[in-house]
Amino acid sequence: MSQRFRLPSGGRVDRAKTLRFRFNGRSYEGYQGDTLASALLANGVHLVARGIKYHRPRGIHAAGVEEPNALVQLGRGARSEPNARATEIELFDGLRATSVNVWPSLAHDWRSINGLFAKLLVAGFYYKTFKGTQGLWQRVYEPMIRRAAGFGRAPTLPDPDRYDHMNEHCDVLVVGGGAAGLMAALTAGRAGARVMLVDEQSEPGGWLLGCGASIDQHPAPKWVAGVVAELRGMAEVVLLPRTTAFGYYDQNYVCLLERRADHLGRAAPAYSSRQRVWHVRARHVVLAAGAHERPLVFADNDRPGIMLAGAVTTYVRRYGVLPGRRAVIFTNNDSAYETALALTQAGADVVTVIDARAEPGGALAMAAREAGIRVLDGRVVIGTRGTRRVSGVELGRLGADGSSAEPTSERLDCDLLAVSGGHSPVVHLFSQSQGRLRFDETLGAFVPGEPAQPQQMAGAINGLSSLALCLADGLRAARAALEATGFSEATTMAVPRVEPEGQSGALRPLWLVPGHKPIGRGRAKHFVDLQNDTTAADILLARREGFEAVEHMKRYTLAGFGTDQGKTANLNALAILARATGRSIAETGTTTFRPPYTPVGFGALAGTEIGALSDPIRMTPMHDWHVAHGAAFENVGQWRRPWCYPRSGETMQDAVNRECLAVRRAVGVLDASTLGKIEIVGPDAAELLNRIYTNGWKTLRVGQVRYGLMCREDGMVFDDGTTARLAPERYVMTTTTGNAAIVLDWLEEYLQTEWPELKVYCTSVTEQWAVASIAGPKADALITRLAPSLDLSDAAFPALTLREGVVAGIPARLFRISFTGEPSYEINVPSDRGLALWEAVMEAGAPLGVAPYGTEAMHVLRAEKGFIIVGQETDGTVTPLDLGLERMVSRQKDFIGRRSLGRADTRRADRKQLVGLLTDEPSVVLPEGAQLVRKDDATRAPPVPMIGHVTSSYYSAVLGRSIALALVKGGRGRHGEIIAARFDGRTVLARIGPPVFIPKPEASSDG
Amino acid sequence: MLLIACPYCGPRDEIEFRCGGEAHIARPKEPDAVTDEAWADYLFRRDNPKGVIAERWFHTYGCRRWFNVLRDTRTHAILKVYRMGAPRPDRGPS
Repeated sequence: MSQRFRLPSGGRVDRAKTLRFRFNGRSYEGYQGDTLASALLANGVHLVARGIKYHRPRGIHAAGVEEPNALVQLGRGARSEPNARATEIELFDGLRATSVNVWPSLAHDWRSINGLFAKLLVAGFYYKTFKGTQGLWQRVYEPMIRRAAGFGRAPTLPDPDRYDHMNEHCDVLVVGGGAAGLMAALTAGRAGARVMLVDEQSEPGGWLLGCGASIDQHPAPKWVAGVVAELRGMAEVVLLPRTTAFGYYDQNYVCLLERRADHLGRAAPAYSSRQRVWHVRARHVVLAAGAHERPLVFADNDRPGIMLAGAVTTYVRRYGVLPGRRAVIFTNNDSAYETALALTQAGADVVTVIDARAEPGGALAMAAREAGIRVLDGRVVIGTRGTRRVSGVELGRLGADGSSAEPTSERLDCDLLAVSGGHSPVVHLFSQSQGRLRFDETLGAFVPGEPAQPQQMAGAINGLSSLALCLADGLRAARAALEATGFSEATTMAVPRVEPEGQSGALRPLWLVPGHKPIGRGRAKHFVDLQNDTTAADILLARREGFEAVEHMKRYTLAGFGTDQGKTANLNALAILARATGRSIAETGTTTFRPPYTPVGFGALAGTEIGALSDPIRMTPMHDWHVAHGAAFENVGQWRRPWCYPRSGETMQDAVNRECLAVRRAVGVLDASTLGKIEIVGPDAAELLNRIYTNGWKTLRVGQVRYGLMCREDGMVFDDGTTARLAPERYVMTTTTGNAAIVLDWLEEYLQTEWPELKVYCTSVTEQWAVASIAGPKADALITRLAPSLDLSDAAFPALTLREGVVAGIPARLFRISFTGEPSYEINVPSDRGLALWEAVMEAGAPLGVAPYGTEAMHVLRAEKGFIIVGQETDGTVTPLDLGLERMVSRQKDFIGRRSLGRADTRRADRKQLVGLLTDEPSVVLPEGAQLVRKDDATRAPPVPMIGHVTSSYYSAVLGRSIALALVKGGRGRHGEIIAARFDGRTVLARIGPPVFIPKPEASSDG
Repeated sequence: MLLIACPYCGPRDEIEFRCGGEAHIARPKEPDAVTDEAWADYLFRRDNPKGVIAERWFHTYGCRRWFNVLRDTRTHAILKVYRMGAPRPDRGPS
């Protein structure tokens, strides 16, 4: 029979809407409004999981985010989601889920045999395996641990869903839509404040949705519906259900995760993102996050059918499900009596309350007794029976100091054991916001102390347990928030009247229930953290082995790790540690609460910033031409640059060789538009350049261009490039492609922070200009065809000067500068004419054999000449002197980094210096980054001293052999020495020489 | 994420800014006149107080101006924002 444990009426499920779902391959039915957990319980399914270490059967334990056991693999294929909590998954038609970490099946898990070797799996077993021999670790432990570890499986396919982000500002952010949160939001909303109310469940109301009390003479759920309707009608209120505040950061910055479509299954509309991350700045925050019930730690407290008492109440009242017919309720406080009443009202056959307290008091306890419910005082559960479901309990009489229990002859049969050890306020967000926690001895829990940010706490988070007090606290918190944000409260607000009213009795702290044998003896296990299979014995062992600090204990025993982060386990764990070390709980302290409060998927965090949107792509005006002509691209920062232009049948190396030969023998053209370009304008522009660059700039005349090198203040090379003087107070600087923004920042930083007296403006003009760099012996001939009126003679247009003119009908600046050693012109035109210029160059150059060349050919050509590339020959530890660029370092002036060149470290004789390398075997191209050792060391077993590394390495088509640049200790004094490069298990010998392979001809003025 | 009140633009998220490290460390006017040790101090040594620190911040994705901030490293509270070149306000460690 379907849904055997569904009550005939009651709850918030829609019995007219039957939903079909599959769990572990079997079909079941549930109703609209169910969670996967409530639907499974309605079908009598308690066994849903296995413990991670001992593989003991585990059941549904809670009814919300705190669930430690009921993790499932949800969905299939690309949408498969590991470790979803069955207690949070809203049921939809066609849902499929399976248990995680079971093999071959949930019912017959072979690893439950681990239980027989339990003694080997004590606290810290993982660390202890490190102490064995290495072979044992590699052969035995690691494969075993890897196979057994973890829960669900991550999907292997790309995520097909969409995610997005929203930014929002509000006056008051209310976290939690229970009694206190609704009261606070309503108060703030009526006052006209901009309010956001977020609640993690499918509908606001929290505990009120399963509450038997009445508010203002309405059943609690009806009062909730009225408040929600009013809030939805307010223009300045945003109400977000299915939304979790998962991170609380500085200055009231709170991150929310909204699950927009997860509950719809296949019915989710295509236009909706699946999940949304909200980035909220709130002027004031009201934390009304409620409290989580704690389990009690007693012998074999992990069997299916052992549930939190409040969760049982929720399943009965909110979902109309009877989780068991013969119930035992084990408590140390009053709240579980509500569970007893709920079960009795729902028609459970037998309900017995086991109360650890000698004198149960309080209104609820009285009401339960009056309803005829059997109560056994001063007793505790000291053992349980049942394999796949709890079937009975053994009782003991608790001693006055709580440290021992005398077994009694009482044996109770049951199919449900509801436990309550008190409530722990959900202080996670408060703690993330840097607020200080305070331990309240009466409540036996940590509560918020002094907040560190503009915020209020309201309701159960403050340790309040009565509904009337929570509503009043919500109003108080809202008033404080309104006062802080400058709103005056609406006069109509009053605390609603709650019935029945009553005082609750005091809780009896009970952190570890004693039993037949001392903890750790015998087969019984006292579980503290169900998700990590941490037992009380593990914590005591950790303490004996010296892990007395709470953070150490956590790491040694794993208590508090995992997807639930110990929401039900943490306080019991540290209380047991506190007692074992003779300290108070307050002295022991808690572990740190870190974001996220509950797991957040990577998809949601990434939002829309995936694929092509993950980072901007910058393209030059000539990009489409490059694409059309088969360029292979590389990324340089955000720019796409042609690496080479392979023709059909050519390898990439073939193409690079051909492009290099074209430049050396005819003419080539490079798209250099990506070089950073900064206009530097003002009466002190020359002075700025003089302070920034290592060489002198005061002598540069209008129309001249100069190469410059920049250092950081520590003397290390930082960027290089040419700067031209366009007018007396106007310069244009070029930077390396990747450093354009960094250099602009650098100039502005010095102008604003060190030299505000300098009158200079800096403006990025990188994207205003398109640049075609023409290089080769036929460069002059090509320019002449494009600009017949331009006089290219050395006298009229010397090297390192610029001219303005018209090139191919386009107004242009021409710079005669060379990075290849060949005669070169860099033609700059306005960006929107870049493609026209490029096409004109290709057309005019065709008879001359012009070839477009990419960045790789450019690298080879400059390496043949020994020109450095910043970021390749330099890595932030290389000075101009290390590069052999003394001629670039002025002795006449100060500049950034100059003083550091006189430091002892930068003067060391054994610094790595730039050299050239020629391999013995000309065809071998050394890998860039290859480590270099002395030749004598090459045949010795490592470790041997490393004396340098290869920075650039290419095959040079012009030379017909490989060339390399390298940084070698004391390299300038080692020219002629044979050195060894070791890589890929082989050794290659190379001769050190000067870092130039095609020397400059005597007569040349370029290069 | 900090909320930083740029003196020129108003309050903005931290992602718009770049932190430039400790403030009020002037570049020696005559670098040659200082000892190697003093120069190393200028280059490398920075305070790392538990308490109030003066920092330089740059509004990279805004007005592109530098300014100073007094921030409490214990709470991340920003106590004061003031212009480059102004003296450090009198908010010592509290």
